[in-house]
Amino acid sequence: METWTEERRPLRVIVAKAGLDGHDRGAKVIARALRDAGMEVIYTGLFQTPEQIVQTAIQEDADGIGLSILSGAHMTLFPLVLEQLKEQGADDVVFFGGGTIPADDAEELKRLGVRQIFTPGAPLSEIIEFVERECGKRRELVG
Amino acid sequence: MDDLLGAFRAGDPRALARAISRCESGRVADLIRALYPLTGRAITIGLTGPPGVGKSTLTSALVTHVRGLGKTVGVISVDPSSPFSHGALLGDRIRLAEHFVDRDVFIRSMASRGHLGGVAGATADAASLMDAFGKDVVLIETVGVGQSEIEIAEIADTTLVALQPGSGDSVQVLKAGVLEIADVFVVNKSDHPMALQLQREIRSMMEMLNFSGWVPALISTQAVEGKNVDKLWEAILKHDAWLRESGELAQKRRAAFAHRVRQLAMGTLEGRVERVIEQLDGDMDPYAAAAGVLSAFGVGDGVHVHSGAHAHGGVRATVKGL
Amino acid sequence: MAKMIERSSGLGPDVSPEYRELVERWEGKAAHAAPRSGRGSGAIDRTISDVPLKALYGPEDVAHIDLARDLGVPGEFPYTRGIHPTMYRSRLWTMRQFAGFGNAKQTNERYHFLLSQGQMGLSVAFDMPTLMGYDSDSPSARGEVGKCGVAIDSVRDMETLFDGIDLGAITTSMTINGPAAIALAQYIVTAENKGIPRAKLGGTLQADILKEYIAQKEWIFPPRPHVRIIVDMMEFCTREMPKWNTISVSGYHIREAGSTAAQELAFTLADGFAYVEAAMERGMDVDSFAPRLSFFFNSHIDFFEEIAKFRAARRIYARRMRDVYGAKDPRSWQLRFHTQTAGCSATAQQPENNIVRVAFEAMAAALGGTQSLHTNSMDEVLALPTEKSVEIALRTQQVLAYETNVTNVVDPLGGAYFVEALTDEIERQTLEYFDRIAEFGGMVAAVEAGFPQREIADASYRYQRSIESGERIIVGVNAFERPEETKDIDLLKIGQEIERGQARAVQEVRAARDAAAVESSLAALKRACAGSENVMPRLIDCVKAVCTEGEIIDAMVQVYGRYTENTQF
Repeated sequence: METWTEERRPLRVIVAKAGLDGHDRGAKVIARALRDAGMEVIYTGLFQTPEQIVQTAIQEDADGIGLSILSGAHMTLFPLVLEQLKEQGADDVVFFGGGTIPADDAEELKRLGVRQIFTPGAPLSEIIEFVERECGKRRELVG
Repeated sequence: MDDLLGAFRAGDPRALARAISRCESGRVADLIRALYPLTGRAITIGLTGPPGVGKSTLTSALVTHVRGLGKTVGVISVDPSSPFSHGALLGDRIRLAEHFVDRDVFIRSMASRGHLGGVAGATADAASLMDAFGKDVVLIETVGVGQSEIEIAEIADTTLVALQPGSGDSVQVLKAGVLEIADVFVVNKSDHPMALQLQREIRSMMEMLNFSGWVPALISTQAVEGKNVDKLWEAILKHDAWLRESGELAQKRRAAFAHRVRQLAMGTLEGRVERVIEQLDGDMDPYAAAAGVLSAFGVGDGVHVHSGAHAHGGVRATVKGL
Repeated sequence: MAKMIERSSGLGPDVSPEYRELVERWEGKAAHAAPRSGRGSGAIDRTISDVPLKALYGPEDVAHIDLARDLGVPGEFPYTRGIHPTMYRSRLWTMRQFAGFGNAKQTNERYHFLLSQGQMGLSVAFDMPTLMGYDSDSPSARGEVGKCGVAIDSVRDMETLFDGIDLGAITTSMTINGPAAIALAQYIVTAENKGIPRAKLGGTLQADILKEYIAQKEWIFPPRPHVRIIVDMMEFCTREMPKWNTISVSGYHIREAGSTAAQELAFTLADGFAYVEAAMERGMDVDSFAPRLSFFFNSHIDFFEEIAKFRAARRIYARRMRDVYGAKDPRSWQLRFHTQTAGCSATAQQPENNIVRVAFEAMAAALGGTQSLHTNSMDEVLALPTEKSVEIALRTQQVLAYETNVTNVVDPLGGAYFVEALTDEIERQTLEYFDRIAEFGGMVAAVEAGFPQREIADASYRYQRSIESGERIIVGVNAFERPEETKDIDLLKIGQEIERGQARAVQEVRAARDAAAVESSLAALKRACAGSENVMPRLIDCVKAVCTEGEIIDAMVQVYGRYTENTQF
């Protein structure tokens, strides 16, 4: 077995479900795919508040947070997570999301600071590539 | 480094988080050197047991109880890494969700990263860092895959072995050697019809052992409802008091120290030995090759080698008659 | 890839030499035909659920079928071919479009529109806070009020929801699980305030909590108290609401969570049997409640597999209800079901294509003998459906029912070699799952151990991987993409003003009622929850005292606690 070295310390990514919707099929598939791509994925479970998600990211020294929302509450919950990240000085964490999110809402969320929004049908390879690239950059900056 | 140390000393949880990441990438020597004098204050508790026994639920219930007493807590929970992708799915936090926004609880999920024995290579350092950060209690939850997870006893002051009634796994775990490391047995899900039988099994297995000083406590809990978690905490405190009064604590910590030093030294040595092995001629017999490797480090006479290593473990008891 | 061609060595001795020669000639040609290659070709030898397929089916595949035992005739045991003798010739399926958004007033307007367009029954979609037992002004409801359904906080909202609709003349389906008993109490009180007795009310509640732990995750309490409340409802309805279908055991969400067809069937039927067992343990006679159980399935895009699934479902159910549970009333043997086209087969890319997918899925439901049908709107993957897209979805059903003539013959695919073989295979896989569930000691224990959850997560991940690798094609997603996608379709959005208005409204409701009646009705409810008294009458009292849903759930949580799951990846 190969050893885990400094260079190979896997990226750490939070996969979170916020709000009241329990549709976790997408979140779980993405968690598994990121794991299979060699990352350490911390799954928060369902029904998390923005405060819980950001505290988790801090304690876990996460490189990224992927938030899945399918209930239509995205325009409330994404901005609340962004606000928390800024407040806690953790806005270097790569924050991205997915779910049933109309294109113009996605644009608005990106304008606010969400790094990317993946809608249903986005290939896993594209999500993995995004996380590796963006979280990799964050790792270089933060060390 | 100075920034990180400053923030750590100022109690910034992000600094603790970063410092633990450094443990995981082997860049923590400076930090540990600076913070080592601050360690040794926390009660460090290890929790092991087979899958499905409710370790995370038990951890959560213990955290709730200890927080109720006004103490601060650090939790390390270890899950296995995939040997293929090196990735890991860390899901133990889910059970601890109610503590996420409590600033006096710090939870860290760790992937085993190829380390066997139920913990990660960096677990001991991470526990020391939480101790130095000022957490009163540090709880370490092992992988719990049913294999022999005795390394936790090297790291923790008090080792809890959780077992569940009506599961063959629990009996297997007992047989696999964790019996000897338990300071406290926890029979969780005590409302189960087989709970009494499991308690009897544990007692009869204990009768086959010689204990020097401390005889493991046996506590029944229903962690989901928080039932008897206060009794569990009392047993932990009792063990802790015994450790201090008997002088065992100093010995334990000395052993833990030796274990850690051995780990660090051997880890480095192993890497160097590997590199020499890679250069070896495959036609040599293994004994001659080993002797050659050793002489490359100036060890041995180039001819004689030992065929086995000594076992080290935090074993508390020996089997009667042996 | 598995071998495409299998020798038809199973051709029996009673086959004519001419036919045998033909088959052998075909086998010879087929053996030399190269399978298609390229994207999408990895899936030609299996269904979307990984059931292996041959290139051709023949008499040898159905030789083992005993016509009387396995197929029978429509309207007779084991109902493989349908539960009514003449099916859609006598009565079409009920076209029932699931609808709800914003506040009760907005949804009421949508209901009036749907009824004026020829819809035959109502189906209420609640918003997330209502489904999870939170009032609209709760911090947990932030951003969720009215978003994917209608917000109902108290009986006042229920009254508005059905304003101007004759509850004695229409049937209503309510998709709600955790707080289902509360919704039923609100519906009863709303009707009785209008002078319609509860005995005259027709409709159904979903009230299937087991599949929440398995798939949809809208639970409140742990499984055992939840099941107890469902049995309370069954008992209450059996006594007082003869026209009400107590529960609708649902596979829809299991499939949406990524299960295979056989998993959907196995776990759904196992859930249903768990309720049957729980009610029988309570001392109820199986024939007193079983005729009013109904089911709810998904119609996915694999056309024949879905038809086979519906047919297998009826046969398995009939046999077990008669032979295992001892039901004697033929109505207890009949599996009646509602179908919804698969939301998970819809794509955000080129959403108009979803109209076509829905049409195929709806046809599979009709050929499978459904009793009622919801066709999804093309834009549901993006947002709540607009009035226009809801209309197209309803028209799809109407074209199917009135123009295609698939309704003129009962079970038109019955006897087809392939369909019968596939029906058998789905049945076999389902029964295999029943055995594994029995090893856990029943479905509730299997769910507590996370068994179905794990099976579904694995299937879902396998499926996603097959799309990633290009083995399977999703048009517009991993093939035939339009690079410059224009997303200019109109979407219905629910603004924050709904949340503020609804939060204000519930606070006004709380201020304007008799506080003592609220307190005493909640106290009586808690006593019933802690003891063994049926909770339904107590819930009706709470609703009459205008307790909000959140208050009622809080009272029950004090007795039962809230559930946390062990996640299975």
